[in-house]
Amino acid sequence: MRLTHVRTTVNGQPTEFLCEPRQSLLEVLRDSLRLTGTKEGCNDGNCGACTVEMDGRIVPACLVLGVEAEGSEILTIEGIAEGSALHSVQAAFLEGAALQCGVCTPGFIVASKALLDRNPDPTEDEIRLWLANNLCRCTGYDKIIRSVQAAAIRMQQETAS
Amino acid sequence: MSTATVDPAIAPAAPAKPTGNGVPGRNGYEPNMVLATRTFDVVGTRPVRHDGADKVTGRAIYGADVQLSGMLHGAILRSPHAHARILSIDTSRAEAMDGVLAVVTAGDLPPAEDKLVDVGEGDTRLSYVHGNILAKDKVLYQGHAVAALAAASPHVAEEAANAIEVRYEPLPSSMTAPEAMRSGAALLHEDLRMKEFGEVSETPSNVADHFMWSLGDVERGFANSDVTVERTFDTATVHQGYIEPHNVTALWNHDGRLHIWCSTQGAFVVRDVTAKVLELPVSKIKVTPMEIGGGFGGKIPVYMEPVAALLSKKTGRPVKIVMSREDVFLGTGPTAGSHVRVKVGASSDGKIQAMDATLAYEAGAYPGSFVVPGGMCIFAAYDCENVAVDCFDVVVNKPSCAAYRAPGAPQAAFAAEQVIDEVARKLGLDPVEFRLRNAAREGTRRVDGPKFRRIGCVEVLEAVRSHPHYSAPLGGPNRGRGVALGFWFNVGLESTCTLNVNSNGTVHLVEGSTDIGGTRTSIAMQAAEVLGIPAEDILPEVVDTDSVGFTSVTGGSRTTFATGWAAHDAARKVVSEMKARAARLWKVDASEVEHVKGVYSAGEHSTTFQELAGKNSRTGGPVSATATVKPRGVGGSFSANIVDVEVDPETGKVDILRFTAVQDVGKAVHPSYVEGQMQGGSVQGIGWALNEEYFMGDDGTMKNSTLLDYRMPTSLDLPMIDTCIVEVANPGHPFGVRGVGEANIVPPLPAIANAIKDAAGVRMQRLPMSPPEVWARIAGA
Repeated sequence: MRLTHVRTTVNGQPTEFLCEPRQSLLEVLRDSLRLTGTKEGCNDGNCGACTVEMDGRIVPACLVLGVEAEGSEILTIEGIAEGSALHSVQAAFLEGAALQCGVCTPGFIVASKALLDRNPDPTEDEIRLWLANNLCRCTGYDKIIRSVQAAAIRMQQETAS
Repeated sequence: MSTATVDPAIAPAAPAKPTGNGVPGRNGYEPNMVLATRTFDVVGTRPVRHDGADKVTGRAIYGADVQLSGMLHGAILRSPHAHARILSIDTSRAEAMDGVLAVVTAGDLPPAEDKLVDVGEGDTRLSYVHGNILAKDKVLYQGHAVAALAAASPHVAEEAANAIEVRYEPLPSSMTAPEAMRSGAALLHEDLRMKEFGEVSETPSNVADHFMWSLGDVERGFANSDVTVERTFDTATVHQGYIEPHNVTALWNHDGRLHIWCSTQGAFVVRDVTAKVLELPVSKIKVTPMEIGGGFGGKIPVYMEPVAALLSKKTGRPVKIVMSREDVFLGTGPTAGSHVRVKVGASSDGKIQAMDATLAYEAGAYPGSFVVPGGMCIFAAYDCENVAVDCFDVVVNKPSCAAYRAPGAPQAAFAAEQVIDEVARKLGLDPVEFRLRNAAREGTRRVDGPKFRRIGCVEVLEAVRSHPHYSAPLGGPNRGRGVALGFWFNVGLESTCTLNVNSNGTVHLVEGSTDIGGTRTSIAMQAAEVLGIPAEDILPEVVDTDSVGFTSVTGGSRTTFATGWAAHDAARKVVSEMKARAARLWKVDASEVEHVKGVYSAGEHSTTFQELAGKNSRTGGPVSATATVKPRGVGGSFSANIVDVEVDPETGKVDILRFTAVQDVGKAVHPSYVEGQMQGGSVQGIGWALNEEYFMGDDGTMKNSTLLDYRMPTSLDLPMIDTCIVEVANPGHPFGVRGVGEANIVPPLPAIANAIKDAAGVRMQRLPMSPPEVWARIAGA
């Protein structure tokens, strides 16, 4: 099958790849670019494990075609930490024991960061609504919600200081 | 062989006091209480998990992330029919496609000998394992694997699998236990004969097993009862629902050794079952357990490993197969749908006089529905002299059941705990008070024979009664509160742990229990406690089957209990060796060296573990210790819920307003992850209660095999899940650990049903209690 040449920016780095028109962005990220932090749970947009940010919007990478990424900026879990320091959301997830098996965690962290970028002080209901696209089967969500709340406080303190 | 002994350093029980994690709750009280009875230095604290950084940065390598040089991709063709005879399989068109390198069908498996094989938490017939891996003459459920192939890319593999031509003769199907038990029902296995009370019947049947336990005289017990309630209940088939689909990569190397990388709850189970299926010695197989994205019991069975191995053998290249979500629903799990009758009688003084139940569980295509533990658990929480439990294990045309968190117990509790609730109401007694009057305690005999040792049933009920939630106002119309109690045994099985002391006083911990929920840390903490060093100074590693001694599955709530015990024992060996090293250094007798919290001393001499470790090379060389355990001191766990619901009378929709999970865990090694188990089990129970079901068409096929239509709870469906950890130390474990993973899924089903009864006045006898079901009951009431 004929391959298409695609130019993107992934986690701040100019990135080019070749893909079949039928390949999803998720496949390209995982199989071609070897960014396996983005997980596949359902491949039909219903679990949120493959959540990435694309041009400032969060999307399930399984519902985006690789060729659609032409010219776009993509942020994956691998691009969340700031150099050697964890992002506040990542640190809060660890402190708050917000993960058990960890397979949904990359999607939750990407989605939570996107929420806090837009809304630095969300209510519990706003967090629950925003994260309703991400399924977690281990935690019952309690510690995830609390960790996003803790991350919000942490980020507000960082901004203030 | 267990080398474990109870640690003499265990402090005596102190009065319970609430200690939480300091996060304020919405309701003006501590949302996560720990009723601790004994405190330690490391055990009971909340360090960051050792694998945490890898898991929040995307670096952790899960099974589907495996990429090997020259790797091929496999796909599996599955049956579209619930029940059909396979007339022919023509693979020629698929094999001729570009990029297709090999095809396998059941004929490529060695013939199955008729023998038993240990599949992780018990034995089953090898022929059933074979039959489920690749269907031979018949397909027994939609999704039953029929053929597999390996190709250059996943897309080519999928296209080619669809080019395999299978001719089927569809057969009538048996979809539920009551249906499959009827005379004249469509038979799944022509050679299956019912085992009834140990005798094998002569006529073929869908009932694989029928057995009964009884205690005392139930007839007399009911005659002595002032109130008797009898009801029947049905529960739908549900799935474990782990987010990571099953996956495997296999390389049948040119030296004849088979290497498997996969997502599994038990690397040694994969090794041993694959060895049996492929007729290989276990020494020819190495299994590397990758990070695992959830299991809940569903990642104990072996599905694709022998298939990937055969494809690798045929091609000489590594082959990876990853299931789709639909494959997961159709080809793995689920847990049994059930039909349960319960009758309970009590006298007016609030004492239960008789308990009687019949349980028929759907095993799916092969025997093994977990009706056995269901029957053992159904009345386990109660001290009653007259008990009878009758169980049927029934095959139906659905996927072969896998374990699911306290397998068999939630269905039983859904029935029993509602009848208990109703009896309490009829007696005019508070439901917690009624349970307390009849609660099982040390010395109570269970219907299946054993007498309980020290258990926390009463303490859990008392924690429920004194919890602020239990007396809080409901605060609105159409609201109700329910409680329920659940029990799970927990298991011991076998574990190995090795500790290697580094020169800077850190310790590498080598273990074989796949870490699904933070067990690297809860195991490491037990070694740290004994060594008197921080949890962070233990560096735990889960390794492959060549690199650690035999270790049973991560399941049965056993990992922190048993592998943690092995870590404890290995650490005691290290302490003993370090004492000898200090003695050599100080030229004293080893018996003169004392160890307290990481400090070694003898007379004038004193040194730390870290300092001693730095001198190991001078005092005799490396220090390393291995311990193995097969513990007998397993402690069962009781769990209870308080749940508030609001029922919309116009739509039947049930909202969970407030939820409190109370569980006796013995000792919470890492309270945050213990709370996490309780919260996760609770929410799986909420999903099972309210939404989840295999929605089956008349043709026996599943109509909702996506995560959109199979509706697991989202964050938006739930409140915070409050927890109350009760610690009634298990006398059989060095730190008093019981295990926490499973009992928490048992009470939510009946607790929610009891809350609905309280809110809307209707008794729910079918799961799920979805809006149409609840609405119909309200409309019909």
